[in-house]
Amino acid sequence: MSDAVLQVEGLHKAFGGVQAVADVSFAVSAGEMLALIGPNGAGKSTCFNMLNGQLAPDLGIVRLSGRDIVGLRPRAIWRLGVGRTFQITATFASLSVRENVQMALYSYAGKLRSMLSRFGAAFRPEADALLTQVGMLDQAERTCGVLAYGDLKRVELAMALANDPRLLLMDEPTAGMAPRERVELMELTATLARQRNIAVLFTEHDMDVVFSQADRIIVLDRGQLIAGGTPAEVRANPNVRAVYLGSMH
Amino acid sequence: MTFSSIIIQLLNGLAAASSLFLVSAGLSLIFGVTRIVNFAHGSLYMLGLYGAYSLIEALGRTPIGFWSAVILAALAVGLVGIVIEVLILRRIYRAPELFQLLATFAVVLVIKDIALFTWGAEDLVGPRAPGLSMAVEILGKCIPAYDLLLIAIGPVVLGAVWLLLTRTRWGALVRAATQDREMVGALGVDQAKLFTSVFFVGSVLAGLGGALQIPREPANLELDLAIIADAFVITVVGGLGSITGAFLAAVIIGVAKAFCIGIGTVTWFGFEISFSKLTLVVEFLIMAIVLVARPYGLLGKPQAVQRIAADPVPPLTAPSWKVALVWVVLLLGVPLVADRYITIMLTDIVCFALFAVSLHFIMGPAGMVSFGHAAYFGLGAYAGGLLFKRAGLPMEAALLLAPLCAGAFAVVYGWFCVRLSGVYLAMLTLAFAQISWSIVFQWDSFTGGSNGVFGIWPSAWLADKTTYYYLALACCGTGIALLWRVLFSPFGAALRAGRDSPLRAEAIGIDLRGFQWAAFVLVGALAGLAGSVYAFSKGSISPSTISIGQSTDGLIMVLLGGVETLTGPVVGAAVYTWVRDAVARHTEFWRAVMGCIILLIVLLFPQGLVGGLKALFLRWKEQRA
Repeated sequence: MSDAVLQVEGLHKAFGGVQAVADVSFAVSAGEMLALIGPNGAGKSTCFNMLNGQLAPDLGIVRLSGRDIVGLRPRAIWRLGVGRTFQITATFASLSVRENVQMALYSYAGKLRSMLSRFGAAFRPEADALLTQVGMLDQAERTCGVLAYGDLKRVELAMALANDPRLLLMDEPTAGMAPRERVELMELTATLARQRNIAVLFTEHDMDVVFSQADRIIVLDRGQLIAGGTPAEVRANPNVRAVYLGSMH
Repeated sequence: MTFSSIIIQLLNGLAAASSLFLVSAGLSLIFGVTRIVNFAHGSLYMLGLYGAYSLIEALGRTPIGFWSAVILAALAVGLVGIVIEVLILRRIYRAPELFQLLATFAVVLVIKDIALFTWGAEDLVGPRAPGLSMAVEILGKCIPAYDLLLIAIGPVVLGAVWLLLTRTRWGALVRAATQDREMVGALGVDQAKLFTSVFFVGSVLAGLGGALQIPREPANLELDLAIIADAFVITVVGGLGSITGAFLAAVIIGVAKAFCIGIGTVTWFGFEISFSKLTLVVEFLIMAIVLVARPYGLLGKPQAVQRIAADPVPPLTAPSWKVALVWVVLLLGVPLVADRYITIMLTDIVCFALFAVSLHFIMGPAGMVSFGHAAYFGLGAYAGGLLFKRAGLPMEAALLLAPLCAGAFAVVYGWFCVRLSGVYLAMLTLAFAQISWSIVFQWDSFTGGSNGVFGIWPSAWLADKTTYYYLALACCGTGIALLWRVLFSPFGAALRAGRDSPLRAEAIGIDLRGFQWAAFVLVGALAGLAGSVYAFSKGSISPSTISIGQSTDGLIMVLLGGVETLTGPVVGAAVYTWVRDAVARHTEFWRAVMGCIILLIVLLFPQGLVGGLKALFLRWKEQRA
C-alpha cells in the first residue's frame, strides 16, 4: 500500500527473555479504522507504545507518511500529526473543557511560551468547533475534574483532533464506559475519521465495538500477528477462533 | 595519606555512619508505610540525646547506668512518637500530603521549646561511656573504643530490622503497606495499629541514634534541623523505603565526610583545596550526583502507585482588580496613621509575601514542592549586599541586580531539579539550599561567614522607614502582580496542565521540563528580589536567610494560608510574621505557641486559612438561603 499513513514493518521488542512483539507488520490508510485486537498479554500495549514514541523497538521500521519516526520523542511524533487518547483518560483536571482543547491548539501553534498575554483569549472559535464535533460544547465551561467518564473521553478526542492529525492512536478508547456509550463514541470517531480523512488505529476489548466499527482488524497473539482482514474474514479465521475460543472449536 | 591514616578515617566514618543510619532507617520506615515526610524525626533524635543525658545523670555514670539510660531514652522517644501519631497525625492521614508536612513542622517547633524549657539553652556535654572511655591502638593510631562499638552497632541494628521485616508477621504487613497501602487496608488489616507501631519503631530508632551520640556530641537545640537534613539525604540517596539502602548511603556519606576532614588542605597544581571545608557540602554533592544518575536512589524503586487519586486541584480564580486596588490603597495609607514599628513590620511582611507567593507558584500551580526555597531568598539578599559592599555598586543598582544573580543560581539548580518529581525533587531542592548555605557560611573572607554582612543601608533618599516601606511595597507588589499575571498566561496554564497530567502534556507536544525549568528561574529571581529588599531594610544579612529554618518558614506561610488559593500565601505570610512577632514579645517560648496555633489550624481547617474561611463562608451562605 503506497498511500498508507502509518506503515509498520518487522517490529520487534523483547523484555528480558520474553519476546513481547515479534515481526509485526501492518499498515493503515487515510480514513480507515483499523482495530488491533488480541487476548490479554498479546503485546497490544507494547506495540502501541512503540508507535507513539514511549518505547523504542529493538528492530523494525515505523513510517508516518513515508517518514521513519523510530527514536522520536512522543511530542515530536505529535508534531508530525499523530493524535492520541489513553486507556485511562488523561486530561487537565483543573482546567475547563474549553481550556483543555485550547491548550492543545496553543501548543500546536507554538504560542504557549507567552508569559504576559492571557491564556484563553485566542483559539476560542477553533476550540468550540472541535467541541461541537464531539458534542461537548454545552459543557465547555465546566472543569474537567468534575466530568463524567464518558464525557472525558469525548474531551480527549477533541484534544487529539486539535493538531489536525493524519493518524489517531486510541488505546482502549472505550474502557470503563457503559456499553451504549461505547458504540456512540466509536461511531463518532468513525464519522470524524471519514470526514477528515484520518487513519485510526485502536485497540479494543469490546468485540461488539470492534466488529461493528472497524474497517479492518488485525489479531495479535503472543507477540505475533496471526490474522488480518475485514471483520467477516477475521470472524471466519480458524486461528482467531482457536485463540479466543480454545482449540476444541 | 598513609595507609594507616586511611584506615583511621575509614573507622571514623563508619562510627559516624551508625547513628546516621539509625535515624534514617526510622525515617524511611515511617515514610514507606504512612507516606508522611516526618520533619519532626530530627527532633526525636534530639530528644534521644537530651533524654540520655538526664537519665545518665539520674542512674549514675556506671556501665549499667549508661546502657540502661540509652535504652530507656530510646524507648521514651518511642512513646513520644506514639503520642505524636495518635494525637495529631492519625487525624490527618486523609488530608493532602502537604498538610501533614505542615503538622510535622509544628511538632518541630513545639519539641524545640519543650527541650528549651526542660534543659535550657546551654549545650549539655554528656559523659564518656563508662568502661569504654579508653582508646584502642590500631596501626599505631588511637581510636576510641566507643567508636569501635558504634561501628558494630550499625550492622547489628540493620540485621535486627531486617529480621523484624522479613521474619515476623508485623514485618510482612509493613512491607506490604510500603508497596500498596490501600490493598493492605482492603484486606482488613487495622491500619491505625500498624501506623502507630511503625511510628513507635521508627521513633525508637531515632531516639537510639541520638542517645548513642551523647558521648560524642553535646546535646543542643540546633540538632533537630541539622540531623533531619542529613537523614533526608541518606534516605533519598539510599532510596526511600529501603533500609539496606539507608545503611549503604549512611556508610558512603559518613566515610566521605571523615575523609574530607582527614585530608585537610591539599595543594594540587598550585591550587589550594580545603577538603575540610567540604564536609558540610559533600553529602549534598553525593546526593545531587546520585539523584541525577538514579532518580530513585541507590536501592529505591519508583514510588508506589496511590490508587485513590487525590481530589483534583480546583481551578484557579483570577484575583479581581477592584479588590487588589482596595488593598493597595489601604497599604499605601497605613504609614499615615500607624507608627514606625508597624511600618517596619509591614516592610517585613511585604518581603515575606513575595517570598511566599513565589514559593506557592512553584509548589502549587507548577506542582514542584521545594524544601529549599530560602536558597533564592538568601542568595538574593547576599547578592544585593555583596554587590553594594564588595563591588561598590550604588544601592539601587545592587537591589535590582540581585534578582538576576538569584535567577542565575536557579538556572543551575533548576536544571537538576526538574529531572525529578515528588519527594525526591523536594529533597534535591533542600540539598541545593544547604550547599548554598554552607558555602556562604564558610567563605569568611567574602561573605563574612557566620557573622554575615553588615552596614548595607539604603541610599539617603530611601533611608526613612516610611519611604523604604513604599519602595518595598512597589518592588514586592510588582513581583506578586507579575507572578499572578504569569499564572494566567499561556505559560502558566501550561505549567498547571503539566501538573495535572504530565502524560497528556507530552502527548500534545508540551516540553514540560523546559517550562518547569523556566518557572524555576522566574520564581528564583523573584524570591531573590524579596531577599534583596529584605536585606536593605535590615542593614545586615546573616546565613540564616538561606537556612532550612527560612525554607520551612516559607512553607508554613504557604500552607497556613492555603496552597489552593492565590491570596493564601499572602495571608499566610502576614499572619505568620505578625503572630510570631506578637508572641515573641511576650514569651521566650514563641515557637511552642506558634506550633500549637499551627496544629490547631491543621486540625480545624485542613484546606488552610483562606480555604477554610471560604468553606465556612459558603456553608453560612447555604444555611441562609
